[in-house]
Amino acid sequence: MHKHPALIGLMFTAVWLATSAPASAQTVKLGVVTTLTGSNSLLGEHMDKAIRLYMEMHKSDLPPGVNVQVITRDDGGPSPDKSKQLAQELIVREKIDILTGIVWSPNGAAIAPLATEAKIPTVLMQAGASANVTMSPYFVRFSFGTWSAPYYMGAYAAKHYKKVYIAVSDYAPGADSEAAFEKAFKEGNSDGTIVGRVRMPLATADFVPFLQRARDANPEAIFVFVPAGKLGASIMKAFGDLGLDKAGIKLIGTGDITADEELPTMGNTPLGVITVSHYSGNGDRPANKAFYAAWKKAYGENSIPSFTAVHAWDAMGGIYHAIREQKGKLDPDRTIELLRNYKTDDSPRGPIAIDPRTRDIRQNEYLREVKSVDGKLVNVELEVVGKMVVDPWVEANTK
Amino acid sequence: MLLSEIVSVLFHGAAYGTILYVISVGLSVTMGLMGFANLAHGVFAMAGGYTLTTLMGWYGVPFPLALLAAFVGTAVIGLILERLLYSRLYDAGELVQVLLCIGLIFIAVALARIGFGAQAQRVALPGYLQGQVSILGRDFIAYRVFIIIFSALLITALWIVIERTRWGAIVRAAVDNGRMAQSIGINTAMVFTLTFMLGSGLAGLGGALGVDLLSVQPTYPFEYLIYFLIVVALGGLGTVRGPFFAALLIGIGDTACKYWVPEFGSFFVFLAVTVILGLRPKGLFGTRA
Repeated sequence: MHKHPALIGLMFTAVWLATSAPASAQTVKLGVVTTLTGSNSLLGEHMDKAIRLYMEMHKSDLPPGVNVQVITRDDGGPSPDKSKQLAQELIVREKIDILTGIVWSPNGAAIAPLATEAKIPTVLMQAGASANVTMSPYFVRFSFGTWSAPYYMGAYAAKHYKKVYIAVSDYAPGADSEAAFEKAFKEGNSDGTIVGRVRMPLATADFVPFLQRARDANPEAIFVFVPAGKLGASIMKAFGDLGLDKAGIKLIGTGDITADEELPTMGNTPLGVITVSHYSGNGDRPANKAFYAAWKKAYGENSIPSFTAVHAWDAMGGIYHAIREQKGKLDPDRTIELLRNYKTDDSPRGPIAIDPRTRDIRQNEYLREVKSVDGKLVNVELEVVGKMVVDPWVEANTK
Repeated sequence: MLLSEIVSVLFHGAAYGTILYVISVGLSVTMGLMGFANLAHGVFAMAGGYTLTTLMGWYGVPFPLALLAAFVGTAVIGLILERLLYSRLYDAGELVQVLLCIGLIFIAVALARIGFGAQAQRVALPGYLQGQVSILGRDFIAYRVFIIIFSALLITALWIVIERTRWGAIVRAAVDNGRMAQSIGINTAMVFTLTFMLGSGLAGLGGALGVDLLSVQPTYPFEYLIYFLIVVALGGLGTVRGPFFAALLIGIGDTACKYWVPEFGSFFVFLAVTVILGLRPKGLFGTRA
């Protein structure tokens, strides 16, 4: 049978009409690469939950006729190759407008060239390695940079302790934390000495030997950085077991060792531990109280949001802002422009802004102490030790 | 000063080692005595850990009872799985056995994630096991002292049961020559089931005891598998004494490395394992390869 040319033309027209017809209903496609399986899936789970919670509660914030479609992919953990492949699939096949999620810094690094090449605005919800945000002009970071917390912890330690021991996990963020802490500590107090240091493998189950060694060096304080999660709890456990608090040694560190969601399982050992972080669930702010209440209502009274949940929540705020301003028709460069100038006073962590020059987040770093409030251990914010600051490494190394 | 450091290392290492022993000895029982390469051993240890955290954390069951429940509970799980799955594969090749185990691990990891979430579970130990105890003017971690004593008693009991009782002799007979054992009236199927239950129960007990040290979370069966296997391989199959010394060696070696040469990680431990197995492929006390 011969096909009639006019008929074929008509068919094409019909197809064209069908695909372009719902012009009034604009769909923004949001690609999410995160970690939902494997041994380190907690942060990814919280990311996913925060995204869904934000969307559920901000439906009315979108312009009329605009809706957001989320397409989530699971990278299974720190796996650069896999996350790159997933990002590629999202960009090429799903034709996403914005890429977000990204728990792990190495995964972020692998995705950076894709974001640059395809001009995909990429909103980092975690990926804290300082250098990560500098890797693509299409990267914007809503989480934190690894250098910030240890740097301001070091500045604080310089004023209070003369002899400090440094114990960090043996991977890139650990090395960064060590360098940042030491820099600020030395700058703040030329008499201060680092009486010893150790880099501990990530696969450590028993931290007692490391802390015993630290104790034998007789410091006034031990600065610790390990990734939040079971390692933070294990090292806290070892600290209590060895009775270092009774020996008059203070435990200080980044918020990772007293992560909000891990505190309930740590017993009373963390009481009095001093940390620096950009977010505390106990933070006394209306926006934080509202966020906490919404989270508990959605995910149960026993679920405690991690800082990653807040990063994701704020990142969604930025993304919705970009969507609103462009009425749902997203242009990559315009989106980046809107994101890099984004600011709000209403984040659960207080005021935040994206630094237009570095595209990294500008936020408060809080000094916190673990205290018992209503019978529960929480991180109580004592003072702002870094007021609306950008990661010091990013600040110094962005051209 | 050096003496004090050596005491520290020996003590912490012995505690770490004995935990490894309690968990691994169950594997030594199933693998060594029954000849089944049960890679899913960690699943039973994890089950014991979750039993303890759930009973203590949610229902306020006292620690000793929760330990007992972890032992009995995992032994029962062992019974069910042995009857349903393992017993069908006693005569199958090792590859088939290993594949079954890997499948079991994946299922267990997924179930644990659904049931308990991705976060590590912990419990507050009873007051009498917290803090430090002073022995000869030195502070020792109370829980680790308890673990060392407990393990010493356990190995003695196991050794007596397997090497010195009639039941132990029956087990060894059933393993060494199943047909002959059957023909003189030993119910080998029953013996194997009981032995498997003992091995699983011990794993559960070890997992529960170790909750304080090796945090219980869904990927537990994978994460610590390598350590269990090293302990069993180094100790030698078919012995309950071997794994004890192997576990002590690993525990103390690992602790010494962390304390004196942290920059090398566990390099020297693995080097030692390689050398020992190179020289003695049957392990330290092994009777067969």
